[in-house]
Amino acid sequence: MTLAKDYNNNSRRTLVVLMEDKPGVLSNVSNMFRRRNYNIESLTVGHSETPNISRMTVVVHASDTVLEQVIKQLYKLIHVTKVTDITDDDAVIRELALIRVHAISTSRAEIKQLVDIFRAQIIDVAHDSMTIEITGTEDKVDSLVEILRPFGIKELTRTGRVAMVRGGLAAGGRG
Amino acid sequence: MKMNGAQIIWECLVREGVEIVFGITGGKVIPLYHELPAYPIHHITMRHEQAAAHAADGYARATGKVGVCIATSGPGATNLVTGLANAQMDSSPIVAITGQVASGDLGTDAFQEVDITGITMPITKHNCLITNVTELAQAIREAFHIARTGHPGAVLLDVTVDAQMGQCEFVYPEAVNLPGYKPHTRGNLRQVAQAAEMINQAKRPVLMVGRGVIVAHAQDELVELAEKAQIPVSTTLLGKSAIPESHPLSLGMGGMHGESYTNLAVQQADLIIGIGTRFDDRFTSAAHTFAPQAKIIHIDIDPAEIAKRVRVDLPIVGDALNVLRELVPLVKEAGHAEWIEIIDGWRSESHEHSRHWEEGEVLVPQYVVRSISELTQGDALMVSDVGQNQMWEAQYYIHNRFGGLISSGGLGTMGFALPASIGAQAGCPECTVWVVAGDGGLQMTIQELATIVQERLPIKIALLNNGYLGMVRQWQEFFFERNYCGTPILGPDFAKVAEAYGMAGITVCEKAQVGVALERAMQIDGPVLIDFRIEQEHNVFPMVPAGRPIDEMIRRPKQV
Repeated sequence: MTLAKDYNNNSRRTLVVLMEDKPGVLSNVSNMFRRRNYNIESLTVGHSETPNISRMTVVVHASDTVLEQVIKQLYKLIHVTKVTDITDDDAVIRELALIRVHAISTSRAEIKQLVDIFRAQIIDVAHDSMTIEITGTEDKVDSLVEILRPFGIKELTRTGRVAMVRGGLAAGGRG
Repeated sequence: MKMNGAQIIWECLVREGVEIVFGITGGKVIPLYHELPAYPIHHITMRHEQAAAHAADGYARATGKVGVCIATSGPGATNLVTGLANAQMDSSPIVAITGQVASGDLGTDAFQEVDITGITMPITKHNCLITNVTELAQAIREAFHIARTGHPGAVLLDVTVDAQMGQCEFVYPEAVNLPGYKPHTRGNLRQVAQAAEMINQAKRPVLMVGRGVIVAHAQDELVELAEKAQIPVSTTLLGKSAIPESHPLSLGMGGMHGESYTNLAVQQADLIIGIGTRFDDRFTSAAHTFAPQAKIIHIDIDPAEIAKRVRVDLPIVGDALNVLRELVPLVKEAGHAEWIEIIDGWRSESHEHSRHWEEGEVLVPQYVVRSISELTQGDALMVSDVGQNQMWEAQYYIHNRFGGLISSGGLGTMGFALPASIGAQAGCPECTVWVVAGDGGLQMTIQELATIVQERLPIKIALLNNGYLGMVRQWQEFFFERNYCGTPILGPDFAKVAEAYGMAGITVCEKAQVGVALERAMQIDGPVLIDFRIEQEHNVFPMVPAGRPIDEMIRRPKQV
C-alpha cells in the first residue's frame, strides 16, 4: 500500500506548535508546509506563556498518514520544541474578525440588531459604514459574514483559528 | 581574550577539529581570509563555489568529519546552492560559511547582497544570519553539532562583514542550547526485541542497507547480523561499500539498475530489514509495488523517514550502530539454505547475460570499470558522477573498502565527482582515489582540474566518453522514439585539456589498450585523466521502467 498523499481521506486537523522565537522560524515553518505540498487552511502565531517561545495554531487538511508526516516534519525543524494535535481534544477554538459593512441611516438599525444577536460589537461608525468585531467559532463568524453580505461588505479581515485545550493540560506540557 | 569575528571563526573551526577548508574569497570575506594564515588550517582554493561545496561534501564522506566550505556574499553564496542541496539530500555533514554585506546595508539590495539564508532554508538542515560578533562562537558550535549529529546534513552560517571585524571577548561555548533538537539515537528495546522475533521467524529475509550504516560505522555489526542469521544483503546506491561486495551474502545494489537477482530477492522476500535508508524511489520504484510479500522493519535515526514512502510494519528510531548492537544478540542463528540457494540460482542465471562484453572486441564501459576494480582489488576510494557512468561504476566495481564509494545519490548532481574527489583525496591522502565520470558531467566542473594540479592531488580520472548525455539518450531510445533531442554533445580532446592544465592525459580507443593505460595511470605519481572513447550508444542494463515493480526489469541482452 502506498502512503502517497491521499487527499480523498482528508479532514481538518488543528495543531498547536511551540517554537523558539528566533528570526526566520515562522518562514521556516510555512516554507516547509509549502515545499512538502501540505495543505494549510490557516496559520496564526503569537507569544506563548513562556518567554522566547512562540505558539502557532495551524489548521491543515490531511489524512492520518499525511498528518503523521506533518508532525514529524515539524519536529525536524531545529527550533520547533513541541507539536500537539488537538483535533480530537476538548478545546476552546476561537477566531476574531473585523467586518466593515456598508451602512446608511436606513440600514443601521437592522445591522445593529443582527450584531446583537451574534453578541458581536460595533466598534466604529462612519457616515456610510459600520465596523463590527466578532469573536467566536469559525462557524459563527461565517454565519455573521453571510448575514451581513447583502448589505455590502467593504472590508473583511479574519485572524484564523487559535485554540487551547480545556482544563489542566497545557499543549506543551505532555509527553 | 579579545578577538575579532574572523579570529573567532577560525578559533572555533580549529576547536571543531577542522584541518582543511574549501573556498573562494571575495569582497565580503576578506576580513575572514586576512586572519587565516595564523591558524593551522589548510585552505584549498577552488575555481567555483559549487565545487567548494562538493569538495567539502566529498571530504565529509571520505573522512566522516564535517566538511567546511567558504564563499563570499551574493553570487559566491548562490553558487553554493547546488552543493548544499546535494549534501543535504545525501546526509553529508557540511558547514558553509558565507560573507554578507554589513548589517546596516541588509535589505537595501546592496552590491553583492543576496538573502542566502532565505534561499537555502529548504535545502539546509539549519541556517542562520549572524550580524553581531558576540553571537558567532555559539552559532558555530551549534552549526557543527547540528551538521554531524542525528540525521547529518548541511548547515549554512551567513556572517555580515561587520560581525567578522567587530571585537569581543572570546569564550568557547561549553554547551549547545538547542531545546528543540534532540536526536533519538537509542532504539526502543521493546521494538528491537520485536524485530528480532520477526527476523527469527522469517523464511526469506533480505537486508536493505543505506548510507546510514556507513555514517554510523556499523559495518561489523551489519556483517555479524547477516552471517549469524544468513540474511542476504542488498544495498541502495549510497549503501554500497557498507558490506564488502565480495562477501557471499552481498547482493549488491537493488532498484532501477539493480541486478536481477537482487531485485527478485527483494520482491520475493517475506521480510525486508531496512537500515539507514529512506526507501528512495530509485530503489523501490512505485511504493505500492515494492516487496509485496514482505513485512518491513525500518531502522533509521530520523523519525520523519519512517513510513514517508512505504508502509512499515515495525519502525525503530535510532542510530544504526546502537540498534544493531542491541539486535544482534537477540537474533537466533539460522541457515536459510533453501532461500539462499534460490537466490544463487538467479545469480548464476544473471551471469549468463554478462558474457558478451567480456568476450567481445568493442570498448565497453563495463570492461573499463571491471578492469579498474581488478587493478585496485576493490580497495580504491571511488568517486562517481551521475548518469550511465554512475550505474556502470555501481554495477561493475566490486567495492571491498568500507565507505569506498562516494556518489551523488539523492540530488543526482552532474559535475559532482571531480570536485568531490578533491575533498576525498585531500581528506585521505593515503588512499587511491579514482573518479568515474561521463563527458557531460565532467564538463560541468572541469575547471577543477586546475585545483587538482595546484594541490598536487594524485587523482586518477576515468572518463567514460560517449559523446552523449547518455542516460537521457537511453531513455529517449527506449521511451521517446529515439528522438535524440538535446543529448549529443561535442567534447574537446580531453587528454589535451588535461595536459593544458598540467596533468597527464591518455586517450584509449580500443579494448586492448585499457590494461596498459590503467597500469600507466597507476605508475604516474600525480593526477591522470584517461579519456575512454566507449561505444556511443551503450545502455545500462538491467533497467526497470518508471513505475514498474523492480522485478519487471529489461534484462541485459544475451548477445549483441
